Amino acid sequence: MNGVWQITIPAGGKWSGVVGRGRLVRFTALEEGANLTVLLYNAKDPSERYNMPDTLKAQHTSHLTRGHVLMSDNGRVLASLTEDTLGWHDPIGGYSTRAGTDARYGLTNYQELRNNWLRSGEENLTVELVRAGLGRRDLVPPVNLFSKISCDEQGDMHFVPRHCPKGAQVTLRTEMDTLVLLSNTPNPMDPSPSYPSVPVLVEVLAAEPVNEDDYCLNFRPENTRAFENTWAYYALLG
Amino acid sequence: MAVFNRVESPRKIEDAVYDVIVPAGDGWMKELEPGQVLRIVDLEGNQAADTLFYDAENPEDHYSAIATMTGQGNIYLTAGSVLRTESGKALLTIVADTCGRHDTLGGACSAQSNTVRYSHDTLPMHNCRDTFLLQMAKFDKGYLKRDLAPNINFFMNVPVTPEGGLKFDDGVSSPGAYVEMQAHGRTTALVSNCPQLNNPCNAYNPTPIRILIWDN
Ligand SMILES: [Zn+2]
Repeated sequence: MNGVWQITIPAGGKWSGVVGRGRLVRFTALEEGANLTVLLYNAKDPSERYNMPDTLKAQHTSHLTRGHVLMSDNGRVLASLTEDTLGWHDPIGGYSTRAGTDARYGLTNYQELRNNWLRSGEENLTVELVRAGLGRRDLVPPVNLFSKISCDEQGDMHFVPRHCPKGAQVTLRTEMDTLVLLSNTPNPMDPSPSYPSVPVLVEVLAAEPVNEDDYCLNFRPENTRAFENTWAYYALLG
Repeated sequence: MAVFNRVESPRKIEDAVYDVIVPAGDGWMKELEPGQVLRIVDLEGNQAADTLFYDAENPEDHYSAIATMTGQGNIYLTAGSVLRTESGKALLTIVADTCGRHDTLGGACSAQSNTVRYSHDTLPMHNCRDTFLLQMAKFDKGYLKRDLAPNINFFMNVPVTPEGGLKFDDGVSSPGAYVEMQAHGRTTALVSNCPQLNNPCNAYNPTPIRILIWDN
């Protein structure tokens, strides 16, 4: 497969853009301990967006790995996790905020530190939302690639340190034309006292068509029905 | 945060300034004044009250399931839980709870998600997201589908396993169980009394809830 596009997002960095359906978006952690915060919207109608509860309850999961799909609030598949070397990506830790970033790592600003100041997920995502004609009201729970948060029997949330080795990879296949927002900012539950983000390589490649025996399509009957809803949408759109 | 922090309310029904029954499948939307206390009563038991909150001064800042969970380091809501917006602002604090556990991971049912979870032929069935949208339209303050964030399911039990699974367990609620929360600032509340007929959590029998408000 030939890559069609790539970018490296440094610690604190962000990116947004529309990725057409039928692409592979491969994320690689270039150092150990990455966390990349991701939001997805239907590029044609951004009121349809990644929905954490619908995604988790349809697949009876509180973590994401190969076979899982990222569902929209309209019962469709925005993207599928087709490859994953890590086994657990976090849908419940959320994005970092300005207040949380200042509290954990100390006050930083551009005037003193130039581009080494510490960015927050909240601000990165807000900027990219506004760029797309959206706004703060469109902020919803994101996915944190490369992070693991587990919950014990009491419901207490535990961030798992050293979960992501250097070179960890996860690939999303776009099943719809998708507005993708990325923020390379820390997981808010990462207790590390130093700003821990590491560079993430993003490569976009052409995907093979979804076959009848596709792993994500057949992962659960719910996934099959969400794919059918997606195909029905594109049958109407043409 | 303990799993169940049972706190009974000192408030008396006769002192309430507002009292309404919301039948199964109906919705309710209203602004709370600072300091007001909202009580939702599960009249017959094992009903789900799907609920969203907005900062009425800045409705773009909606309830955030994740800011609420990470703020307390625990995924379940009970007395003591602070309900937060996306920006982290504290909207309300749960001040009484006789149910035991409230879910904020499972979200609302919708026609579209019903087709995914159950079968395509559930599409015509009544659902919480339709109730939310109709309430927003009647409320007439510019709320749109964009403002529908993942909500709280009061009286629902949706446990997460240490292995990363997610289950829908039998309700922990019972007839007359209630949850009560106090608004910090002016706060808009939006409730859908869930009409879900596909999920055994309510024994396939959606029932009414009662909503009361006290001035403090
Ligand atoms: Zn419902």
